[in-house]
Amino acid sequence: MLFVLLFRGFLNSGFNLKILELSGVSCEKQDRELFHNINLTLTGGELLFLKGENGAGKTSLIRIITGLSRPTSGDVLIQQENIHKYPDAAKKLVYCGHKLGLNANLSALENLGFWCQLHGKPVDNAELQIVLENLGLEGLEDLPVKHLSAGQQRRASLAKLWLSTNASLWVLDEPFTALDVNTVKLLCHQVDSFVNAGGAVVMTSHQQVELTCKTSEFYLEYHW
Amino acid sequence: MIRRLVAVSNREFSLAFRQASELMQPLMFFIIVISLFPLAVGPGPDILQRISAGVVWVAAILSLLMGLERLFRDDFIDGSMEQYMLTDLPLYLIVLIKVLTHWLISMIPLLLLSPMLALFLNMTFEMYWVLILTLLLGTPTISLIGAIGVALTVSLQRSGVLLPLLLLPLFIPLLIFATSAVDSVSLQLPYSFQLGIMGAILLFSIALAPWAIAYSLRVSQH
Repeated sequence: MLFVLLFRGFLNSGFNLKILELSGVSCEKQDRELFHNINLTLTGGELLFLKGENGAGKTSLIRIITGLSRPTSGDVLIQQENIHKYPDAAKKLVYCGHKLGLNANLSALENLGFWCQLHGKPVDNAELQIVLENLGLEGLEDLPVKHLSAGQQRRASLAKLWLSTNASLWVLDEPFTALDVNTVKLLCHQVDSFVNAGGAVVMTSHQQVELTCKTSEFYLEYHW
Repeated sequence: MIRRLVAVSNREFSLAFRQASELMQPLMFFIIVISLFPLAVGPGPDILQRISAGVVWVAAILSLLMGLERLFRDDFIDGSMEQYMLTDLPLYLIVLIKVLTHWLISMIPLLLLSPMLALFLNMTFEMYWVLILTLLLGTPTISLIGAIGVALTVSLQRSGVLLPLLLLPLFIPLLIFATSAVDSVSLQLPYSFQLGIMGAILLFSIALAPWAIAYSLRVSQH
């Protein structure tokens, strides 16, 4: 008995822990079925690459995973909690979508500081400054975001990934859009180290990127 | 949790002061509409006094509706609303804080300006005092109920006139009780009944509107 308990404890200790589970997820939009009966599991230490043509439903699936939109049928469990029944489960994930989540009239520093406060994380301006400097936004942290270029805005938005210490799932929708080569490398490195530390990542991208962590692919087909 | 909600309200304040022009427009609208009335109706003090409460109230509703549109628009467009939904803070509390902060920002200047307008419209001191009371009790209700409409129409590209069309009929009861309270005081009748009803409507909408707003926002995200 004790042995079984110990074995279970080992299984639950980080890796091999089911972080994301989709069962029978379907989505219909404007009478078009985007996808039907998707079953997926993602454990800690694994990255899931969603692929598919434009309009295949990648973003729809991503938004269903985060709980922002509801599936036509099926359940999404994040660490055994149904995100559509308990929206609180969303605190375990970080989402970077097409919309950046930055207010154009606030500076990058203010936007990130507010994001930290909203998530109940103590704001340490020195730490925020270091993260922004690493991302090449040195000297721009106090400018309103609307004065930054598209790539710089994307960097400021992705800075969340350097600040999220206790999330277990990252959901990234086209994170490499508008980024330059060096920042793509930096982001890949950050994703690698998060996955290797036992986190799980769901990601879409049309770009070929070099990732060293354990990666699986899921292909969404375009249905008429 | 309270600290996190205070952060939401601080953000609203700092944004409002950075976009001061958006803040000033409804206020200028309020002043101009009210100053048009003495010109249009003529400067007869009796007539002005009789219509004063109605004029101030209609102008206040319209100017509040003008300002309400920016309540969720920016957050919706830039994706901050998505980030609000992905925290473990209840969305109805975030929304309640946002609406109340918005009310404070837009109503306090309006109340500070009101003595001058009372003078325009030849109001007595008692009438003015009761008018302020009705505005204090009635305008938060307008913000709360208006925010439901804003949340429902936020995903439409051009909500323009749709919002006032949806919302104005809902404010008729408030308008009736508010003007009737001011009428009563000008006839030296008791007015506590009307204020009581307005207070009850306010408590009712504080209790229920945030849920409706949060639900509408989730529907708009879908």
